[in-house]
Amino acid sequence: MNDRDREIQHFTKLAAKGRMTRREFVGRMAALGVTAAMANTLLSTAVKAAGPNKGGTLKIGSTGGESTNTLDPALAASQVPYHNLHAFAETLVEVKSDGSIDPRLAESVESSPDAKTWRFKIRSGVEFHNGKSVTAQDVMRTIERHSNEESKSGALGIVKGIESMSVDGDTFVMNLHTANADLPYLMADYHLMIQPDGGFDNPAAGIGSGAYMLVSDEPGVRHLFKKNPNYWDSTRGHVDEVEIIVINDATARMAALQSGQAHIVNRVDPKVAGLLSRAPGVRVENVGGPGHYVFIMHCDTAPFDNNDLRLALKYAINRQEMVDKILMGFGSVGNDFPINASYPLFDSSIPQREYDAAKAAEHYKKSGHDGSPIILRVADGAFPGAVDAAALFQQSAAAAGIPLEIKREPNDGYWSEVWNKQPFCASYWGGRPVQDQMYSTAYLSSADWNDTKFKNADFDAKLLAARAELDGTKRKALYSEMANMLRDEGGLICPMFNDYVDGLSEKVQGWEKDGTGELMGGRASQVCWLA
Amino acid sequence: MHPILKLVLQRLALGCLLLVAASALIFAGTMILPGDVAQSILGQSATPQALANLRAELGLDVPPVQRYFDWLGGVLHGDLGTSLTNRLDIADTMGKRLGNTLFLAFWAAIISVPLAIFLGLLAVRYEGRWPDKLISGVTLASISIPEFLIGYVLIYFIAVKLRMFTTVAMINDGMSLGEKLNAIALPVIVLTLVVLAHMMRMTRAAILNVMQSAYIETAELKGLSSFKVIARHAFPNAIAPIVNVVMLNLAYLVVGVVVVEVVFVYPGMGQYLVDHVAKRDVPVVQACGLVFAAVYICLNMIADIVSILSNPRLRHPK
Repeated sequence: MNDRDREIQHFTKLAAKGRMTRREFVGRMAALGVTAAMANTLLSTAVKAAGPNKGGTLKIGSTGGESTNTLDPALAASQVPYHNLHAFAETLVEVKSDGSIDPRLAESVESSPDAKTWRFKIRSGVEFHNGKSVTAQDVMRTIERHSNEESKSGALGIVKGIESMSVDGDTFVMNLHTANADLPYLMADYHLMIQPDGGFDNPAAGIGSGAYMLVSDEPGVRHLFKKNPNYWDSTRGHVDEVEIIVINDATARMAALQSGQAHIVNRVDPKVAGLLSRAPGVRVENVGGPGHYVFIMHCDTAPFDNNDLRLALKYAINRQEMVDKILMGFGSVGNDFPINASYPLFDSSIPQREYDAAKAAEHYKKSGHDGSPIILRVADGAFPGAVDAAALFQQSAAAAGIPLEIKREPNDGYWSEVWNKQPFCASYWGGRPVQDQMYSTAYLSSADWNDTKFKNADFDAKLLAARAELDGTKRKALYSEMANMLRDEGGLICPMFNDYVDGLSEKVQGWEKDGTGELMGGRASQVCWLA
Repeated sequence: MHPILKLVLQRLALGCLLLVAASALIFAGTMILPGDVAQSILGQSATPQALANLRAELGLDVPPVQRYFDWLGGVLHGDLGTSLTNRLDIADTMGKRLGNTLFLAFWAAIISVPLAIFLGLLAVRYEGRWPDKLISGVTLASISIPEFLIGYVLIYFIAVKLRMFTTVAMINDGMSLGEKLNAIALPVIVLTLVVLAHMMRMTRAAILNVMQSAYIETAELKGLSSFKVIARHAFPNAIAPIVNVVMLNLAYLVVGVVVVEVVFVYPGMGQYLVDHVAKRDVPVVQACGLVFAAVYICLNMIADIVSILSNPRLRHPK
């Protein structure tokens, strides 16, 4: 071993222990003739080899928290409740970043050959924070609370297909009305956190079986958790305390990261991500996910009931321009169906639809629209930059001779008064872990949130067939046909899929790219540690 | 009965009437807003069944007028009720937020009120000369810049660059007074800059007005120092308008600082109210409205009483 190697090794060790920042390390390595990419690889290998550092308070600055938040998993709808739930509670299974199922409270999952009966064997020796053991009974009661007649759960749509549930020793058994090969993915939904006795007596008590225990619950201000000493999984829960601080103002959130008052922040505005990544002591992590920014047309309302008009509008939007100018490159172009490469069984051979003013004009003419302006309703609450995106859309459509009129709506009440009510508006979908769930949630004729009013019996039949199909190749073919149907006939204009963009302090280690949600699918508080 | 006592009682009774009227207005206002609390809670994930279940549970199926009187009855018994969205006791959670707001307002007032009056006196002493112009220029500039911008500028230069104080002004029970003051230093500076000009200019104008009087000339002819003339002879006669504007600014410090709270992530009443308006959580909005109205009414009453006390002519109305 020569001096250079020895020096590299020495600095790598120092950096892995956190005695040197990543930036300093990369600088030293450059001096020794090691490329930045190589230096980063060296460092992450060394960090893994050194193992997690225990202790400290991990501070997460998050938007999407209000004084009105509750710890009831059923009512979680924004980011802060999402991160709270991941800190103190667990689901039966989780979806890993590679799209596979990670058994958590369920040790194993089995299905009958027809995918109608599912058996979840519950991990033994796991305790809730109140000292009681996690049993199959608790699991059944939890799913019951989300699916019964009085349920107001955000997961109600997910658990609707259950025919019966039972407990067989340490195993929780579910019988479904119709076969569903994706059921484990549905059970990974973050609303379905297992609570003692299903949380019937006090759903917002904040008692789960997670890596951290609730210390202080101040909705809209902060939520403090401490390490759960009896946690079953030694590979998670490294810090002593997790503090989730509500910082809704984007500038304040970035300032908190830069001044060291937060170690991790979510929703870095793409506009400032470049600047932020150059600031000392912080880095920006982005990863592609299933979330997409869309414009939705109601297929059953004039003038959008005419497929030529829908196609005209689809050809009249410049997707790449939107990714460049609205997402600042932190995302990828959409193709007018809600699925992208982050889903299993995605068919990448479907041709990408491009901006084509001539084709748009042709379809517009064929639609016989009277030339009156088409009203597009937007608010920045629909997705960040929605108003700007609508303006870009208006320009590119005008070039094809299609008049769009933008109507700005207030953010307040947008989801109750505009979305799913007005025939043409901006919207956002967070995506789902699997294609079946995305399609069943918003494109099945009978779905409550069918926000494009797309009703097609053939499509529905294919969706149900794919759901029961256990053969991957056949399922993929079915999903591909469905994607093509939506792309060519649906009411969805999907210009872009947005990345999750998070900001991290140099002190945070153990971070991995994970596109299942922001902050590593909510798992950052469990798997990251402080150097 | 003592006329002052009578006046206070009259004002108090009138204040109570005003509070009831304000609560009715706020209730009507929240009813006019589109959507309801059930829709706001469930947001984009609302299914008709989940909505119906939640509405029934929250008692939203009861007619609005009856809900208002149920609420009013509760308040008269000292019960502000529980929040519709997170089921927490309103008196409890709002009490904490109100405490925080008053804490911030107190320290901002402690610094800004004496400073504004002192600067006002100074401006009068050097009227038309450079100290007067400097004071007016700086304070008018600081009131003209939007408060969030001052906040961001201070965060960037003081907290991020110099690493002094904190960007997140979050305080909690576990902190010592020193830590709390360190946490709120930046918002206090911003609020001081925002309210300074108004009070300073009013002090200056009120005293200059008095300075035209004959008795000031007499005092000057007696050979008193000019600052003494201002402080001992002019200022007491200018108290009434000054107190009025000071009270208005104090009220602003309590009820109007939501922007500063957002920028510094301060857990005060403003953010609390805005969150609950967005969620249509009527009982909380009502409770906050009541507190804000009470603050205004009380401070205005104090201003009136002080002006009456400071001016013997007003003490004996014809």
